[in-house]
Amino acid sequence: MGFDVISEFLTQAFADRNLMLWLVPLGPLTAFALISLITMLLWLVRQVTGGQENMIPASDPHYNDHNHPDYGGMPVPYQPDWFRVTAVIIGMSGVIWALIFSWTLVFGSLNQFGAGTFGLVDSAAYHGDDDHTEATSTDDHEEETHGPAEDCAPCVYGHEIVWMSLGTPDSTYGLVPDEDTDYEIGVLLDPLNLTLLFMVPIAMLGIFTYSIGYMAHDARQAKFFALISLFAGAMFILTLSDNLMMMFVGWEIMGFCSYSLIGFWYEKRSAYNAAIKAFTVTRVADVLMLLGIVYLWNIAGTLNFRDILANPDVLQMVGSTPAIIFGSWGLSAAGLIGVLLVIGTIGKSAQFPLHVWLPDAMEGPTPVSAMIHAAAMVSAGIYAIIRMYPLFVGLTNPHASEPTFSAPLILLAVIGSFTALFAATMGVAQRDVKAVLAYSTISQLGFMAAALGVGAYIAATFHLITHAFFKALLFMASGSVIHAMEHGEHHVHEHHAAHGHDDHHDEVDAHSPPPEHGVEGVSDVHHAPHFDPQDMFNMGGLSKKIPVTFWTFLAGGLSLAGFPLITAGFWSKDEILAESWYGFASHGSGLHALVFFMLAIAAFLTAFYTMRQIALTFLGEPRTEEAEHANLGGPYNIVSITMQAPLILLAFFAVFAGFIGVPEDFPLFGAIFSPEHNYFHHLVVYALPFMENGGYEVFHVDAPAFNIIPVAASFVVALGGLWLGWMMYGRKPLEAGEEDPLIKYLGQPIYSALQKRYYMDDLYDLVFVRPARWLARGVISLLDKGIIDSLLHGLGWLFTVIGDFIKMMNAWLIDGVGDGIPKGIYQLGGWMRGVQNGRIQFYLLIVLAAVLIIGVIFAISFGTMLAS
Amino acid sequence: MNILGIDILTFLILAPLFGGLLVASLPANKWLARWTALGIGVAIFGVTVAVFMDYNANVTDGGFHLVEQYRWFTVLGASWHVGIDGISASMMLLTGLLTPLAILISWEVSDRPNMHLALLLLFESASMGVFLAMDLMVFFLFYELSLVPMYFLINQWGSPPQKGVKYTGRIYASTKFLLYSMGGTLGMLLATQLIGFTAGTYEIAAIANAAGEWLSISRADEAFLGLSVGTVKTLAFIGFFVAFGIKVPIWPFHTWLPDAHGEAPTAGSMLLAGVMLKLGAYGFLRLVVPFFPEVWVSDVPLFGINWATLFAFLSMLGIVLGAFAAFGQNDIKRLVAYSSVNHMGFVGIGIAAFALLYGEAWVAEQSAIASDRMMDAVTATNGTVMQMFNHGLSSAGMFLLAGGIYHKTHTRDLTQYGGFWVKAPIFGGMFVFMSMSSLGLPGLNGFVGEFLIVRGTWPVFTWLTILSMLGLLFTGSYILKGIRYTLHGEFNLHWKDYNLEVNWREFTAVVVLGIFIVWTGLAPNWILSTINSSVTTILTSILG
Repeated sequence: MGFDVISEFLTQAFADRNLMLWLVPLGPLTAFALISLITMLLWLVRQVTGGQENMIPASDPHYNDHNHPDYGGMPVPYQPDWFRVTAVIIGMSGVIWALIFSWTLVFGSLNQFGAGTFGLVDSAAYHGDDDHTEATSTDDHEEETHGPAEDCAPCVYGHEIVWMSLGTPDSTYGLVPDEDTDYEIGVLLDPLNLTLLFMVPIAMLGIFTYSIGYMAHDARQAKFFALISLFAGAMFILTLSDNLMMMFVGWEIMGFCSYSLIGFWYEKRSAYNAAIKAFTVTRVADVLMLLGIVYLWNIAGTLNFRDILANPDVLQMVGSTPAIIFGSWGLSAAGLIGVLLVIGTIGKSAQFPLHVWLPDAMEGPTPVSAMIHAAAMVSAGIYAIIRMYPLFVGLTNPHASEPTFSAPLILLAVIGSFTALFAATMGVAQRDVKAVLAYSTISQLGFMAAALGVGAYIAATFHLITHAFFKALLFMASGSVIHAMEHGEHHVHEHHAAHGHDDHHDEVDAHSPPPEHGVEGVSDVHHAPHFDPQDMFNMGGLSKKIPVTFWTFLAGGLSLAGFPLITAGFWSKDEILAESWYGFASHGSGLHALVFFMLAIAAFLTAFYTMRQIALTFLGEPRTEEAEHANLGGPYNIVSITMQAPLILLAFFAVFAGFIGVPEDFPLFGAIFSPEHNYFHHLVVYALPFMENGGYEVFHVDAPAFNIIPVAASFVVALGGLWLGWMMYGRKPLEAGEEDPLIKYLGQPIYSALQKRYYMDDLYDLVFVRPARWLARGVISLLDKGIIDSLLHGLGWLFTVIGDFIKMMNAWLIDGVGDGIPKGIYQLGGWMRGVQNGRIQFYLLIVLAAVLIIGVIFAISFGTMLAS
Repeated sequence: MNILGIDILTFLILAPLFGGLLVASLPANKWLARWTALGIGVAIFGVTVAVFMDYNANVTDGGFHLVEQYRWFTVLGASWHVGIDGISASMMLLTGLLTPLAILISWEVSDRPNMHLALLLLFESASMGVFLAMDLMVFFLFYELSLVPMYFLINQWGSPPQKGVKYTGRIYASTKFLLYSMGGTLGMLLATQLIGFTAGTYEIAAIANAAGEWLSISRADEAFLGLSVGTVKTLAFIGFFVAFGIKVPIWPFHTWLPDAHGEAPTAGSMLLAGVMLKLGAYGFLRLVVPFFPEVWVSDVPLFGINWATLFAFLSMLGIVLGAFAAFGQNDIKRLVAYSSVNHMGFVGIGIAAFALLYGEAWVAEQSAIASDRMMDAVTATNGTVMQMFNHGLSSAGMFLLAGGIYHKTHTRDLTQYGGFWVKAPIFGGMFVFMSMSSLGLPGLNGFVGEFLIVRGTWPVFTWLTILSMLGLLFTGSYILKGIRYTLHGEFNLHWKDYNLEVNWREFTAVVVLGIFIVWTGLAPNWILSTINSSVTTILTSILG
């Protein structure tokens, strides 16, 4: 790889839409790499120049905002301001790059969509002669493009490269390294991810812009921009990948980014615990999803979306093969794979029972919340299901006059509708402005999952897009609220300080050796600070303090509540309700009925808590001194502008994005906005294959005809919920110190249960976390040290004993003989030496004695000899 | 290819040996010793890269390359026989890469630096010998020889004694390590003799090709020493199994590992985890599977499952219990050590799938075996070798950083750390990066191997694969625990005046490892294609 290769690639990519797809994630990923590299280089330069000079006391206002302790003025490494600015510029360039190429692709492709031109609809032609092996290919064998081919003009855009070489079985059971089984990764643009490619970059641009202001006072802003760039890049990888493994790569990198960013203020215990919780909980789902992926690869021989989904033979085979486990219970391979992948989505999209990480995830900086809740992380879970939808449906047909549902569909419908309602009930009792939104995210994702469960995948896609817009807006607006409140708090704090009440916000005592609950302890997330700028009961009357935020929040809130006709949320939510009602009313499907009623109630609660939130935050009079002084530092500073401009941008989409998907037979509105057809429906429907004879009419259903019942239901739940919220909170705003009127109606126990998330965190702590920790210690002490090492030590002891015994034997027996002889000689020698004392008389005496002895011996022996 | 008149593979074995002797005999100037040792290490790494590229350039069928054979110990039937294929090439490259990094890191040792550095080079020599040997005696010789430098490294340069403890940890750990390993290889020594005696050769390839016959060639239908041929083979198999099982380490033979790692000096830990554990796994791939194909698929007495399944089961226990054990540690080096048990468990389960399918194919008399089964075997084995390589990179990196922080704080107790990210941002970033590599984050190296292994073992050991996902889950937990106690939380002001940041040597080493980690993660084919061709060839060969 030289520079010429890169420049050649770039030249081609600018011209060729197939290759241009690679460029989209490249921007943010390069931004991440660049910021990281510069960070390291900067450090190296400092090392070389011997620099301690770039240290700064942690108490310095340049370093320290409210999110870092001051460590008693300990010197800490500090990144110069110019570098932070550079990082921001690089990060912004990355996302703008992605936006430019995304929208070039989106709007460049839009004019081609329609039957037989863009999408998999005409896949008989597409698949008939297996075009992807003979598509216009570049000079390199390893690269194939799926460019506009004549018989499939253009099915999709895409490009593949070889990623892993794997040997392959040939026809005669031998294995040869073969290009046919090489694992290829690639990019793909079809009508489905086109919708995401429209939404994701613009939402991200908003989030990035917002981060400039929001993180302006954070000394670690460069790191922040590096990480959200990686986050964005991963989301683009996921969106554009043409195979499940590469999608999983983006999926997991996003998991890592959300972990890092939730725990961005890593000094706060609540932050790092939330980060660990997010990573661990989603990982529960991810490892199971991994099994689904490998099983699919195993049975289908590929993970490429089009090779599987546009291939009736593969789908038929996967759908009819009994699963490798539980196959005897009637579960098909497709069913098992589907269930495992759905579990992945349950984790990623925070569905019950793995929803627990998402409310805590708001511990991160607010732009991260927007990223997770809207543009990237949770949307990915739903997108993965939509992407693989034909596999989930398997051989069933939820649209048939006798609807049938595969196991994953039932799971989706039940979990989704339950979660939608369950999370909405928790949302009504939250005090934290971001927590309300967090629960609303869980609930809205439940809407999408439930819609997917009953076959309404286009409605789910639609809701995914609109939800992303208004939820990104709501989160950033709430961040703006919090920022304003912190400003007010700062003001009050200084005010008090001037009067001698010096109470530090961040108290740092000498680090106490952590008696922490360890990695997964989460029950103590909310250890009470003395003033909570996120508590809605501390707010009130902010509409006058931050009017831009108020009006945009209102737009987003009404969209979330599904305010009829003029908000995006209404149209997408209505479509879900309409589809589920249709299945119930026309075919008497119980699952459709369940989804319809659960979602209707959830939508009612959504409208209610949205109104409650708006009223508590913005209406009435300020309930605290802090709220009284809340502001963003004037209208024309950088913080105020960068934090509010994205709100306006997203508010536009939150309101108007719905009009691309108005049913064409909707009275009045249909005629205005959908004169030809429902544009959104008409676009996305081509994402899934349609074949007359392959059973694919399943996916190519028309939207149900206009029916007054679901529309009336949409009206009633949205307006009813808003009305109830208004009656309780808006008509007569709460006074300072007044308690939540909800307590009166629900009773304290229920209210507490809702607020404490039905005690599920405590339950998980008790059932999973503690036993796991106990087991981890038990394994060490009992198994490794207690049993295995004891055996080893026992063996060692045994050998030592044997050795000792042998040593003893040596000492007595062998040494007794062996050592006895030399010892005797030695002693003899010593004695002999004693003999040589140099006195002649003594020598003569000895000689005489010797002669005598010898004579005696001789005489005796001679005598005995004679005697015998 | 020749260097200094000897063939290049023999050179790769001898050069570190003589380099080590040179360093040991240098005058006692630590800077001279350090630079000399580093120069030798880097030069040898250059040679390994050249060999690796030469292999890729010249070999397309995955066979052996650069084969040289000299007369050596002819009275036993052994010979000096060296050569590489894709599997050994990757391991050779790993050894060549890690040794200079370990040398660089061990510059922090100022106690008898000459000997310390010389031992590292001696260890490289022994490892190279194992990976390049094509003769069983040569293999065995170097396999045993690798223990010696490691023993002295732990014994002499291990953690300093704690107060009031009579036997220091390092004495215990090194003795346990040496006795355990040598005790384990006793059976292997006997089995090696048996194989050499009955097969009449020590050629690894020849024995593997005649795997069905090597005991019965000379004594068909006879009893051997009063035992049936099958029993003798099984006993020989157990000899090998235990020897390599201890080295990998396979649960429950793993308890030497946390002690040895915990006490070893940083460079020792790096090579121990990065290279030495691979000797065991390599032994399984190269010797135990091809020598005993029919034993792997025969039933274990009393258990009712075959040996391969038992091996997979033990590996699964290693994955799960290793992860749990790591999660329960408060000692950072022991935590990382247990992570090796966890990761090498995946190597184990991959080998088990390889062994089972290889054995099945063998027993099926080289007749048709379902081609998708062979694909499973190819995938699992590729994944195994990838995992070996990747674990070498990431565990060396983890030990490097853990050792670095131990060197600076003189404590391994995680609970004494806290908030280091504040003072040491570069260290923090690198630690997270290495942790994620170890965790198997997609996009980095660890994922590739795990993904292929799981793909390969899923159809073979479905339930065991599912159970090992529990281990994968807890991999996340202990990795995050390590990060959390080291980097997260408020800075522990006890370390206020310490310099906790990486130094330039650690920085360099991590960057070098990082390049390989990212490269392998993003485009694994630079090494996987090499591995795959040999793996495919091995599996093809049994099908005749």
